Amino acid sequence: MDLYEYQGRDVFEKHGLPVLAGGVAETPEEARAIAERLGGRVVVKAQVKVGGRGKAGGVKLAADATEAYDRANDILGMDIKGHTVHKVMLAETADIVEEYYFSYLLDRANRTFLCIASVAGGMEIETVAETDPEKVAKIAIDANRGVDEALAREIVTAGHFPAEVADQVVDIAIKLWQTFRAEDATLVEVNPLAKISSGKVLCLDAKVTLDENAGFRHADHEALEDKAAVDPLEQAAKAKDLNYVKLDGEVGIIGNGAGLVMSTLDVVAYAGEQFGGVKPANFLDIGGGASAEVMANGLEIVLSDPAVKSVFVNVFGGITACDAVANGIVQALAMLEGRGETVTKPLVVRLDGNNAEAGRAILDSANNPLVQRVDTMDGAAERAAELAAAGK
Amino acid sequence: MAIWLTKDSKVIVQGMTGSEGSKHTRRMLAAGTQIVGGVNPRKAGTSVDFDGTEVPVFGSVADAMKETGADVTVIFVPPAYTKDAVVEAIDAGIGLAVVITEGVPVHDTAAFWAHAVETGNKTRIIGPNCPGVASPGASNAGIIPADIAGSGRIGLVSKSGTLTYQLMYELRDIGFSTAVGIGGDPIIGTTHIDALAAFQDDPETEAIVMIGEIGGDAEERAAEFIKAHVTKPVVGYIAGFTAPPGKTMGHAGAIISGSSGTADAKKAALEAAGVKVGKTPSETARLMREVMSGR
Repeated sequence: MDLYEYQGRDVFEKHGLPVLAGGVAETPEEARAIAERLGGRVVVKAQVKVGGRGKAGGVKLAADATEAYDRANDILGMDIKGHTVHKVMLAETADIVEEYYFSYLLDRANRTFLCIASVAGGMEIETVAETDPEKVAKIAIDANRGVDEALAREIVTAGHFPAEVADQVVDIAIKLWQTFRAEDATLVEVNPLAKISSGKVLCLDAKVTLDENAGFRHADHEALEDKAAVDPLEQAAKAKDLNYVKLDGEVGIIGNGAGLVMSTLDVVAYAGEQFGGVKPANFLDIGGGASAEVMANGLEIVLSDPAVKSVFVNVFGGITACDAVANGIVQALAMLEGRGETVTKPLVVRLDGNNAEAGRAILDSANNPLVQRVDTMDGAAERAAELAAAGK
Repeated sequence: MAIWLTKDSKVIVQGMTGSEGSKHTRRMLAAGTQIVGGVNPRKAGTSVDFDGTEVPVFGSVADAMKETGADVTVIFVPPAYTKDAVVEAIDAGIGLAVVITEGVPVHDTAAFWAHAVETGNKTRIIGPNCPGVASPGASNAGIIPADIAGSGRIGLVSKSGTLTYQLMYELRDIGFSTAVGIGGDPIIGTTHIDALAAFQDDPETEAIVMIGEIGGDAEERAAEFIKAHVTKPVVGYIAGFTAPPGKTMGHAGAIISGSSGTADAKKAALEAAGVKVGKTPSETARLMREVMSGR
């Protein structure tokens, strides 16, 4: 889960990192009140989970509270790379003398964590790494040893930080690691880490990604989720423990297993090319068990998407036998009728693997006019795409 | 021969008395796996009956190994306890630890992996969030259904469980030496490269199916390895060509970040290494069939 900057700032502050005082506003009035509290002169920053907001005009200075109102009014509602701005963060201004870069992140390739730090911050670190590689320190961090003072000094030296800020950056390096660790983050990035005219080094931005798998030991993380920004169908699916991602096509997809569902999306998109570019409408993994109730919940979510014109249920019977899955589909449709939902969209079902014959026989004898059975994944994808195109 | 798991493997189950653990222990036994014990410190000294087979419960992995000569552990404990379970297995010096548990925090996986490295990599770790290892007809350590395919000449390595099953099913007439599900998490113990190296050295394996998905660059690194070290034919499949960037697709590691981790990049890298890459699972099976028909 990616956090907004203001949430990241709060997390940093909680762990004792030096940040500027700030607050978050959803209306120009709130922005004015916060600016007054902060002493008038503030920077107003669009809160979006996408880079490049500065270039897009999403970061503005305000000399006083009235200007803060105006700037917040300009920025709220802006569209930045497809993200609508619903919140602005207001922060004290700082007289920046130098801009540095500091981050800890997950290093998948080396199965550990990585520190990237550089005296050359404030811009795209990838560009600096290409043009000035010797200025960028990349140091592997042992997950069990972490970052102690000696390692922090090594990082500061390798990142070419000037001597006069070394002690401060060492302290930040240690605290930022503690933040990364304590919060189960997969990324903490400070860009810029800035020296201001007083000589103090401050974290002027905060990019934080949290590991959702660690949610069980962080009761406070759930509150950081921006429920308003999540697609309503994704939210409804999550409430039912379903793994659902909304996409922008017309063929609803239900399958078992993340890999098979991803593969199903691809196969449907290929098949859709011959039917006017019909595409998958969602990713939905109902997992290995696939009871009638889970199937019913899945169908309910997928069918409630108005863009869906047909549904492709693609199940490979591995642990679960296909006859159980077929019974699940039949019962799920009855369950939806029972809930008062009239199902009108066609379902294409492909069952293969364990007890496939028995499963197919169950679907055939149920003889539901909405359910069509196709026995190969490719054939079923094609049929579902064709039906979606016809229903457009 | 198969890789890592043979009919002689003696398997223990950490979390055998839990619901998932007991369900799959029963299946593993039915598949002919030598299950020699379970581990649960609170139930040490008891035993569990699986359809007439009494499986003893030990207080620790070390005790189980001492009493039974176990060399493989399959781990089903819940995510909050997985790190401790794997560290215990590593400290006991068991040869292979298969971590089935889904939802392990990545800091925990990084921690047990670092511990394994620090103690000299004596334990091969597979997973977490994986379906395990199956050597059809010999032994089954994990949750891969044993009856999809019989033993044969293909080796398979995959990030995805259901795609493993799908490809095993499509190629069931040829059969498999070993199928390894390495898991879909961002950090995993055993990689595509480890499995490719083992299949290259396994005389029973004649060709290899490699299944990848979006996220990370494991497939690109595997392609480099294939180019340099693998002489057996490899057929590949990548899932997630149409997945949008920035969205996690079911597996914690299946996410395109910026421009990295795309299926197109992985396919291109594999093809540059001489790997035939199928566009769909069925095409992948057909490509493998072509490879095997000449043998």
